[in-house]
Amino acid sequence: MAKIIYREEMAQGTIILNEIEAPRISRKAKPGQFVILQANETGERIPLTMADTNPEKGTITIIYMVVGKSTAIFKDLQVGDSYYALIGPLGAPTHVEKVGKVICVGGGTGIAVLHPIARALKEAGNEVTTILGSRSYDLLIMEEKMRNASDQFHICTDDGSKGHHGFVTDVLRQVLEKDDIAMVVAIGPIPMMKFCSLITKEKGVKTLVSLNPIMVDGTGMCGCCRVTVGKETKFACVDGPEFDAHKVDFDELAKRLASYLDDEKTSMDAHKNCKI
Amino acid sequence: MADKKQKKEKVPRARMPEQDPDVRRRNFIEVPLGLTPEMAITEAKRCLQCKKPACVAGCPVSVDIPGFITLITENNFSAAANKLWERNALPAVCGRVCPQEEQCEGLCILGKKGQPVAIGYLERFAADYERQNGIGDIPVVEDKTGKKVAVIGSGPSGLTVAGDLLLKGHEVTIFEAFHKPGGVLVYGIPEFRLPKEIVASEVATLEKMGAKIECNTVVGASITIDELFEEGYDAAYIGVGAGLPRFMNLPGENFIGIYSANEYLTRTNLMKGYLFPKYDTPIARGKNVVVLGAGNVAMDSARTAMRLGAKSVKVVYRRSRDEMPARDEELHHAEEEKIEFVLLTNPTQFFGDEDGRLTGMECLKMELGEPDASGRRRPIPIEGSEYKIDCDLVVVSVGSNANPLLTNSTPNLNLNKWGNIVADTVTGKTSKKGVWAGGDIVTGAATVILAMGAGRAAANSMHDYLTIGW
Repeated sequence: MAKIIYREEMAQGTIILNEIEAPRISRKAKPGQFVILQANETGERIPLTMADTNPEKGTITIIYMVVGKSTAIFKDLQVGDSYYALIGPLGAPTHVEKVGKVICVGGGTGIAVLHPIARALKEAGNEVTTILGSRSYDLLIMEEKMRNASDQFHICTDDGSKGHHGFVTDVLRQVLEKDDIAMVVAIGPIPMMKFCSLITKEKGVKTLVSLNPIMVDGTGMCGCCRVTVGKETKFACVDGPEFDAHKVDFDELAKRLASYLDDEKTSMDAHKNCKI
Repeated sequence: MADKKQKKEKVPRARMPEQDPDVRRRNFIEVPLGLTPEMAITEAKRCLQCKKPACVAGCPVSVDIPGFITLITENNFSAAANKLWERNALPAVCGRVCPQEEQCEGLCILGKKGQPVAIGYLERFAADYERQNGIGDIPVVEDKTGKKVAVIGSGPSGLTVAGDLLLKGHEVTIFEAFHKPGGVLVYGIPEFRLPKEIVASEVATLEKMGAKIECNTVVGASITIDELFEEGYDAAYIGVGAGLPRFMNLPGENFIGIYSANEYLTRTNLMKGYLFPKYDTPIARGKNVVVLGAGNVAMDSARTAMRLGAKSVKVVYRRSRDEMPARDEELHHAEEEKIEFVLLTNPTQFFGDEDGRLTGMECLKMELGEPDASGRRRPIPIEGSEYKIDCDLVVVSVGSNANPLLTNSTPNLNLNKWGNIVADTVTGKTSKKGVWAGGDIVTGAATVILAMGAGRAAANSMHDYLTIGW
């Protein structure tokens, strides 16, 4: 169980794709849901939203960015290796229905999270405009898959190496002004979600974001992942991970994500020394 | 007889050898060190062997207490352990965490004039002796019935149900959401109160008896109860615990450094944060720690904070010492370890810095008024008594609600208005055919042994169902 059957390095080895054997989860999972992975007995529990599922094959796909010790250990796992623990599907699925024209905005590994949602929205009969952003074109992931899930498709790069030279928010504003948009889904780094949300709020367009706070159990038991939504405390693991963007306190989320910055450095330094 | 009784009273109750408070408050090694065989035999001989033993009546799982104590007096410790197993699948755990003073020992005749027999110490002694010196005997399992049972949750009540039904020859699979079995025994109760090696050993015994354990399976998310029945299970027991932490809903409660007791203890115990960075999960090491609440979980949190290097640990509680719900032994241990009780005090808000990190809290002093619904005197705020406590870590330990993850995914399962499962108080039967429930998900947060008692009752009823019918 939890054996890696396919592995791919993306964005110059900074982002890794794993297709993992998980028959039960693959049959149950819906767009927007996540799993928790642990590489070994001493490892941390890391929540990752699924990028794809294949119930026939009995597999799920996760895509993660290598950012610290835990993901560095994940990166060491090769085809044939297994995760020590894989739990899911967790969280509330995306509410998918036909609403008309929707915009899907993705950045970084948020694109992986966005993929099944965009596909489901298109399958439900919505007209999907996708806007993807990355610092540079060679760091952009899942371009083809996202293109296939979209009716209109835009790329934005900070350095102008492809598509619009600038941020996703520029294109978002243009599309909102041109079309009558029923809903926006924005998934990516916190600043991206925050600024997309500010624009759509101004335009009065309903917007969903998928949040990635630190978690432990992922089943509502610990409250580590609490986020403030509309002045109420919610647990992202069971009440989310998707929320109404206009009500989310992004600044608090960003601060809470930095809870263990010093410990993460200690952990990573010890890991590097150990490898040398 | 009267003469014999007098003599027994004169032998003082055994004193449990313990690690010195000044040493143990900085380590995670178990606090009580256990009785020696000589001490155990001397203590066992204090038992009057009453014809109608009140102690047994006080035990939620009706352990044959005089029976196992006699075997200890006869120097037959393995047989004593086997006697415990007849009624209790987890004697090494119960010997440590049961509130004996309210149960068996609370009813011991010797306690009327002097000190009751130290039944908990003796139970622990026999179970530990067998684990360390035994030849790996396992309880005898009856012939296979061919019936399959799903036990959901591997905490104390689930393990009890599993043990009882295995003994009766049923096939049992235990489903656990975490990566290790034991539930609250593993994630909640700290190492220094219940070494995890003991839980692992008790679980291993069940596996030797034939239990299958499926970790990393969140019933309700990974698979539903109805799907378990489709997969061929004949009955299911729900023992998933309370598992939804309560917060106080005060301003600033999401500052970094404010944990639920569940998170604080899970990071420390299950994820072994106290061994960071050898284990990868970090846990904040507060200098000035405040624990809100005064139950057993609050004491576990406070004593954990001390062991993680705190300069000061305060337990802040809105009522007085008399109302603190933790066991006397836990309060005593906490005080010995220099944990300060700040009573008749209630938090009103938390303060943080620009990075969102906790720097302190504001409290209000309280006084006691008339008794409330719980029979305890109601705390009333004293106006204008606000003051500030500097702290960099707060553990909120004010109880748990029912976690809806499983119950929401299970049709035809009746819940009460708090979301707890409605189960028959005698049999543990729920409104859904073939499904029983017990422990905290039914009663709200309670004790290990009550959960085990509920498990025992449900197992009997499930056996009747599997052999006779609903």
